[in-house]
Amino acid sequence: MSTAEVVLAILRARPAHGYDVKRDHDDWFPDARPLAYGQVYATLARLERDGLAEVVETRIDGGPERTVYAVTDAGRARVRDWLSEPAPAGSAGADEIVRKAVAALRTGGDAAGFLQGQRLAHLRRMRELTDVGPGADPAARLARDHLVAHLDADLRWLDLAVARVAAADGASAKGQPTTTQEAAR
Amino acid sequence: MTGTVETPVVELHGIEHSYRRTVALRGVALRVLPEEVVAVTGPSGCGKSTLLHVAAGIVRPQGGLVRLLGQDLDRLDETERTRLRRRRVGIVLQFGQLVPDLSVLDNVALPLLLEGHDRQAARTAAASWLERTGMDDARDATPAELSGGQSQRAAVARALVTGPAVVFADEPTGSMDTLGGELLLDLLVGAARERGASVVLVTHDNVVAARADREVRLRDGVIETESVLR
Ligand SMILES: Nc1ncnc2c1ncn2[C@@H]1O[C@H](COP(=O)(O)OP(=O)(O)OP(=O)(O)O)[C@@H](O)[C@H]1O
Ligand SMILES: [Mg+2]
Repeated sequence: MSTAEVVLAILRARPAHGYDVKRDHDDWFPDARPLAYGQVYATLARLERDGLAEVVETRIDGGPERTVYAVTDAGRARVRDWLSEPAPAGSAGADEIVRKAVAALRTGGDAAGFLQGQRLAHLRRMRELTDVGPGADPAARLARDHLVAHLDADLRWLDLAVARVAAADGASAKGQPTTTQEAAR
Repeated sequence: MTGTVETPVVELHGIEHSYRRTVALRGVALRVLPEEVVAVTGPSGCGKSTLLHVAAGIVRPQGGLVRLLGQDLDRLDETERTRLRRRRVGIVLQFGQLVPDLSVLDNVALPLLLEGHDRQAARTAAASWLERTGMDDARDATPAELSGGQSQRAAVARALVTGPAVVFADEPTGSMDTLGGELLLDLLVGAARERGASVVLVTHDNVVAARADREVRLRDGVIETESVLR
């Protein structure tokens, strides 16, 4: 799981306290399991310990004390590294590609570059799986067919994502609003 | 082959091509090496078919250089180009493009007949390729009686019957179900690999593209990425 990297990406988009981090996460990934508060605070504490995030403000406005976190340079570098590496091509990385693509778009990272790198990782894996030669055992192929079908679904999604990103870039280049976090508010 | 520089089978430089109002290719360069299988992919309308037609010598581009099997196509006249294509190039077009008044068998035999082969020998070779593509039941049918997938199988048989040095195929399995497409592709790629031929495969299907050694991805008439897959 890449909760730490996702939280860092959220902090990269804007400094936030725990409650905002949870809300942004659930906004970014409306169909994923909501992030639990316990997990948010544990993650923020770990990121601070590791020097990837830092406390920039402690607010007490009548209610409970709120600690605002921001990403450090090391944290920014971690997000960049995370987005520059394709996720494993296969079911283990299926959710991860969505997390990375959304995080890249939301933080103004190189989404197109990420999508291209991921496409290549997927195609290479697919080539390995389909390069079986004649006379392969049909039962053995069934298991591979299943993997290939899932990779194909991912690849279609990646192609669609590339087209959407390109269409959005075209629209914003013409001065039309895009659905960024700001516009959505 | 170590130490020798392989002459590319296909060499394109600075290819530009427009139809009346549409710019289809804007400065494309491509090399295909002997025995290489290259997939050309990209969104609909990005110029894949145009690129294939240019590389195969069917369309003369408005700009750039095309070298096919070591021959500069600009230096050949129409007869010479046709002869080169017939002898050494196999072409599967996007919609099959069989000759409507000929039976399937005669369609597949046609490239050999045009090359002056004996009629009986041509028909025997054609029948054997139709068998390999699973089309022997339809050999006496006319193209109008074929389904989309059957036309594509016949077109692949016709492209392979002459034992070409390079095969250009435009969505060769586009009308087929998954397993049928896979078998036809096995045949096409297998036949090419067996005899050291190259294949240029236009497709929007990722599973088909994953059969290639290299993917060339077009967007709006330019090459967006080129990736080695193996
Ligand atoms: N004969 C033609 N006359 C006019 N415009 C054409 C012609 N052929 C292609 N075009 C245009 O040129 C562009 C590239 O077409 P091309 O057929 O090469 O695309 P493609 O990538 O093969 O698309 P598809 O995936 O839909 O087959 C498109 O905008 C198309 O509309
Ligand atoms: Mg086309």
